[in-house]
Amino acid sequence: MSQLASLTLYHNDEARPIIEAIIADNPGVRVLNMPGAVKLDCEGALVVKRASVEERLGRDWDPQEIHLVLISMAGHLDEDDDQFSVSWKH
Amino acid sequence: MTVQIKTLDMEPKRQTFGHVARRLGADKPATRYQEATLDVQATANFHYKPLWEPEYWTYDPRKTAVVMADWYKPLDPRQFYYATYNISRANMNQAAERAFAFAEERGLLEKISADARTQIEFGLLPLRHLHWGANMNMTEITQRGYGTAVTAPCIFSAGDHLGMAQIVSRIGLALDGQTGVSLDMAKEVWMNDPAWQGVRRLIEDTLVERDFFQLFVAQTLAVNGVVFDLIYKMADAGWKDAQIAVAMLTEFMTDWRADEAKWSDHVIKTVAAESAGNKALVSQWAADWIARAVEAAKPLSAALLGDNGALAEAAGDAVKTRAKNLGLTL
Repeated sequence: MSQLASLTLYHNDEARPIIEAIIADNPGVRVLNMPGAVKLDCEGALVVKRASVEERLGRDWDPQEIHLVLISMAGHLDEDDDQFSVSWKH
Repeated sequence: MTVQIKTLDMEPKRQTFGHVARRLGADKPATRYQEATLDVQATANFHYKPLWEPEYWTYDPRKTAVVMADWYKPLDPRQFYYATYNISRANMNQAAERAFAFAEERGLLEKISADARTQIEFGLLPLRHLHWGANMNMTEITQRGYGTAVTAPCIFSAGDHLGMAQIVSRIGLALDGQTGVSLDMAKEVWMNDPAWQGVRRLIEDTLVERDFFQLFVAQTLAVNGVVFDLIYKMADAGWKDAQIAVAMLTEFMTDWRADEAKWSDHVIKTVAAESAGNKALVSQWAADWIARAVEAAKPLSAALLGDNGALAEAAGDAVKTRAKNLGLTL
């Protein structure tokens, strides 16, 4: 059975570079726009890469900062200094 | 009775300004940096031709010899506009305030030897005048430059230099018990000491440079890269037993330099990459001004560190390597 890994973020100036980075790094991601929020769904796994966000943000970015704009998530969390990912893989 | 709560997703008619959307290639949400920067400067329909320079319009890309098809290409990688710039600098300034409070509380500058005090008065305090010159240069680029992408960060940089001049002055005031005597002495040194005359001449010559991009190269590569880096980064040994105190109190400058270089290097790289003509011009300017800055800094490094100018050479070599990495041929 397939399962969707998912991140829901605020839709604001702080989150926009992160959303763009997720869309660029995760082929096949589905974007669901809601008032004030964006839900990103992807089959199996969803990854946020530090380098991609920094490139769009123009400053150093710690993957932990995603919590400031994160509303909800689905999947097992794996985070380190370079990425933040949710997946259903073990 | 049941109440049904329903959300309605309203699509805004447009995501951003028309001129920004045309730049982005689609009507999508733009960052505040993009909205505050792209195509903000007026380009046409000026009412009066400047009488003091009738060959140019108020904003005119011909005020430099380099040619850019689009002056909005050298964007600021830090994405600074008014708010982001001020937030970033407020944080840096807060750190500086804490360092000063700490130094005062522990009497860091009272405990230093007479030797170290003389060195700071001679080698560090006159830099406030160099910062003022740098402030004038960045303001001049803002005034003569073309395109908000280049000119807006320049006025931020000008503000930075004023701030750093104030930090240097505060070090002087902390040394002389808030009387200002050390600052008067530093002015004397700046005006008359043979070791400083090369640097004074260098900055005074940049003050009258009319080509705004040549001035940009002279200021950000030569003055920042050679003279400021020499004093703030490489001259630790010169401060004797006050090394730690000076390093703490000038931490702002170290942070600023890393931040500023990210932007100024990117601008130079982008402009040089535009065409072979630009590359040749920028390379020539960089080579000239770096060589002049090294010559100017040599007597200073000799007097401060007794190294016969070796550290000024080293600072120059570091900048040359940096310039080569930006695609210039030196």
